[in-house]
Amino acid sequence: MSAETAAEHGATAAGHATEAASGGMPQLDFSTFPNQMFWLVVALVVLYFILSRVAMPRIGSVLAERTGTITNDIAAAETYKQQAAEAEAAYHKALDDARAAAAKVIEESRAEIQKELDLAIAKADAEIAARTAESEARIAEIRESAAEAVQTVAKDTTKEILSSFGVSADGRSVTSVVNARLKGGAA
Amino acid sequence: MAAEEHGEGLTFHPMDQFLVRPLFGHDGEVGVFTITNATLWLALSVLAIALLFIAGTRGRAIVPTRIQSVAELAYGFVHKMVEDVAGKDALKFFPYVFTLFLFILFSNFLGLLPMAFTPTAHIAVTAVLAIAVFLTVTIVGFVKNGAHFLELFWVKSAPLALRPVLAVIEVISYFVRPVSHSIRLAGNMTAGHAVIKVFAAFAPVILISGAVGVAVTPLSILAITAMYGLEILVAFIQAYVFAILTCVYLKDALHPAH
Amino acid sequence: MEGIAQLGQYLGAGLACIGMAGAAVGVGNVAGNYLSGALRNPSAAAGQTATLFIGMAFAEALGIFSFLVALLLMFAV
Repeated sequence: MSAETAAEHGATAAGHATEAASGGMPQLDFSTFPNQMFWLVVALVVLYFILSRVAMPRIGSVLAERTGTITNDIAAAETYKQQAAEAEAAYHKALDDARAAAAKVIEESRAEIQKELDLAIAKADAEIAARTAESEARIAEIRESAAEAVQTVAKDTTKEILSSFGVSADGRSVTSVVNARLKGGAA
Repeated sequence: MAAEEHGEGLTFHPMDQFLVRPLFGHDGEVGVFTITNATLWLALSVLAIALLFIAGTRGRAIVPTRIQSVAELAYGFVHKMVEDVAGKDALKFFPYVFTLFLFILFSNFLGLLPMAFTPTAHIAVTAVLAIAVFLTVTIVGFVKNGAHFLELFWVKSAPLALRPVLAVIEVISYFVRPVSHSIRLAGNMTAGHAVIKVFAAFAPVILISGAVGVAVTPLSILAITAMYGLEILVAFIQAYVFAILTCVYLKDALHPAH
Repeated sequence: MEGIAQLGQYLGAGLACIGMAGAAVGVGNVAGNYLSGALRNPSAAAGQTATLFIGMAFAEALGIFSFLVALLLMFAV
């Protein structure tokens, strides 16, 4: 390519005649290289100091702090979990104790009631026995008096019948006969 | 140049966006300390990073805000990359890699703004970055390992007869590293932006010729959109690749044995 | 003479772009092999993404070189 065309092209593309010799690619315009390199180095140095002195320690510490916080929180959560488990165990234990105490109280009161009941029954039994004995005694008494009355009536009746038949009989023999008959009848 | 072929008034200046211009006066001369558009966009990158990493993390919150979690995400991402690729003893180079990664990432992304200037599309910029990495790696390699660093070029696992040949290849590939390292980044950025600009030059066809423009203009806008999406991906991937290759080279310097 | 030189320049730039096809094949190869490996052993895939990108970067760099040659022919020769 001739210098003339290059110059013409450079003029159209670059817009100013000073760069004509360097052609149409601004990337290959060596006259701007020192400028670009200088400002690039300035930018990189500034950036490096911004990042390494301010930004990175800050982010690093925040990340470390976060990791620490998360670890602590997990540990705390573990502790709370442990505490919750302990509380649950204590609750269950208390429940069991209460249940056992209740069972004991029930057992005790049942035993007491049983005892009282037994006592009352025994008392009642005794009373019943006493009444029964009394009643039997009275019945026996009544029966005895009744038997006596029967004997007397029988003797009297026998005497009367014998006398009406004209037979005089002594009281003693009549009595022994009647007694013998009554005994035989009773037997 | 292409404009000469298209007589209908279409203008193709895909490379104009890479021009380095003085911001104030100076009659178009670009001296070493001239404040140019390159300076402006470098400063904007630094400013954006400072904003994200200093203003965003000001709260030092245990439960991070959105901006702080973005900063922490970037920190964790690069930290993990350095640790995984270069090893734990490379972590003292973490600020260095982090600086490179963030600078390239932000320059790439800010360069995607319309009317923006992309510093990383310039060989001058990427060459400085790549040569800095190359020098760091070489110096660290020799300081850490002394002459053993040269074992990097002597492939012990290969048959003895092949080793000299491999050594030559290894040496060449070692010195090509900064070239490919820098050209890859600058080339990717240049290519993407130039392609977008070429498609953009087709967009106003409808103003010149309605019949052709009805087909061409929507197509070119669609193409710009698609390229823009691809460029967003490329902007990140190139920053990632630059950083990860730095880590790979650092690993070679710290553990030269194959 | 100048016309022929310019013709050669444009032809050369166009031919250099064919080199990008090689890069495309290379990048596709890297990604495809990664994917087939990842589908066979998904658990190992996450650990190899870094390697994937390094491989892609190397394959792609060569395409960028051919693009650079084209640019140089177009704008800088």
